[in-house]
Amino acid sequence: MSEISRLMSLMTGDEKHSLAATSTLDVIRVLYERVLDVSPDGAGDARRDRFFLSKGHGPMAYYAVLADRGFFPESWLAEWGSFESPLGFHPDRNLVPGVEISSGSLGHGLPLAVGSALGLRAQGITSRVVVLVGDAELDEGSNHEALELAPALALDALTVVVVDNGSSSYAVPGRIEQRFAVQGWHAVTVDGRDHDALEKALSHRPIGQPNVVVADVESK
Amino acid sequence: MNPRTQFAQTAADLVEHDLSVALVYAEISGQFFGEVEARHPDRVINVGIREQLLVNVGAGLALTGLRPIVHTFGSFLVERAFEQVKLGFGHQDVGGVLVGAGGSFDIASAGRTHQVPGDVALMDTLPGVHIHAPSTSTEVDAIVRSAVARDGLHYVRVVGQTNTESYPSGGFHVVRRGSGATVVALGPMLDDVLAATAGLDVTVLYANTVRPFDARGLRAALTSPEVVLVEPWLAGTSAHVVADALSVVPHRLLSLGVGRHELRRYGTPTDHVAAHGLDPAGIRRSLDGFLAAAA
Repeated sequence: MSEISRLMSLMTGDEKHSLAATSTLDVIRVLYERVLDVSPDGAGDARRDRFFLSKGHGPMAYYAVLADRGFFPESWLAEWGSFESPLGFHPDRNLVPGVEISSGSLGHGLPLAVGSALGLRAQGITSRVVVLVGDAELDEGSNHEALELAPALALDALTVVVVDNGSSSYAVPGRIEQRFAVQGWHAVTVDGRDHDALEKALSHRPIGQPNVVVADVESK
Repeated sequence: MNPRTQFAQTAADLVEHDLSVALVYAEISGQFFGEVEARHPDRVINVGIREQLLVNVGAGLALTGLRPIVHTFGSFLVERAFEQVKLGFGHQDVGGVLVGAGGSFDIASAGRTHQVPGDVALMDTLPGVHIHAPSTSTEVDAIVRSAVARDGLHYVRVVGQTNTESYPSGGFHVVRRGSGATVVALGPMLDDVLAATAGLDVTVLYANTVRPFDARGLRAALTSPEVVLVEPWLAGTSAHVVADALSVVPHRLLSLGVGRHELRRYGTPTDHVAAHGLDPAGIRRSLDGFLAAAA
């Protein structure tokens, strides 16, 4: 059993959240282990990269990775979801070290990330903002407001990673990548379980345009 | 200068002189921002007709340490995008200054879609929010500057209806002292309240910052059990804070404000003020009935 799997096994929760958690696991691991410039020591550094978990439900993988990276002790994991625990079924940035946004209601992370990418640019900070959304989360119209503005403002600090586990009702094959591409995003689709492919796609930073990585995982 | 133009000028001046201030808007009022946007395109951002994005872009800017001013008509700012206000600012626990134009019926002829009598009640559900109703251009300038300089989440309601005199922001000002009822005028209701109470032996209080509510100021001014609340938004919005302020003081409260029913009328703001009984004659009528019931 890998270290991350062991940490995840410390948490218990309902089945829905367990399944959702595993869909994001490889993406989050690759981001924290290979791509992002983030660490517990640099948590207050304005020049740190930012990871926004917009799809806040199923945060077990996220918590396991944060514990593994040393943001908080692994002893927190067992009691998650309890009244005394800082770890809820949706993460709260005010309670959990390393968590950049409080999420849970869908369709907020990408618009917030557009604002933060603009804020960093206005301050001359070249750090990245990477936001993870689910394929069904893109049902929320608020995402599309953000999806249109980001390329219009050439927000190349912004990366969206869409974990596609076929959750969306009324899905159309290929729609996610095309929607982003037609608005002017650099868009690729990769195997969401292939760490090398994820690393390559997530490390690529096109000049003058935001990019999206659609990470395909098995359908739920 | 009217209050909305004053807001635009103040906001532009703050962006110009403070690198930590950003202005986000959604087409509305763009006619005022062209020059400052051209000079500071990184900190003056038009998101287009996208109000959910408007609010969360403001919150996202705040997450990086900037102080955002977020502006459109009040209806679209706090009603259409309320979850963004609640989560983007409130739940993330970042600050900003939301400036809504239009108020209850500045744009009366545009109908219900552009009228927001419920904004203060809605914003009042958020913990720790500061709510301001400046009532002259001087007050708009002072309140926007002070809200931007401070921490926390502020909602500033910029409307066309104005009072004659300007007062500093903060708690209650005793505008007239009497021995009878205490009439509390919030925001741009002061002039009409003064006209309505001319010749009556009543105390008139005024505040342009309505949350936090100056409970101590109200208690200190009270000389009789009768309290009359006059607010230019949904009637009763501040009744609960008056009740809390006077929980150990025997009192009777009359709450005047904009009625809950939808008028389905156009016309002018003056028409709507009168239709909701908030003109001097209407206020006086309600006041006389309330005081007569006490006798």
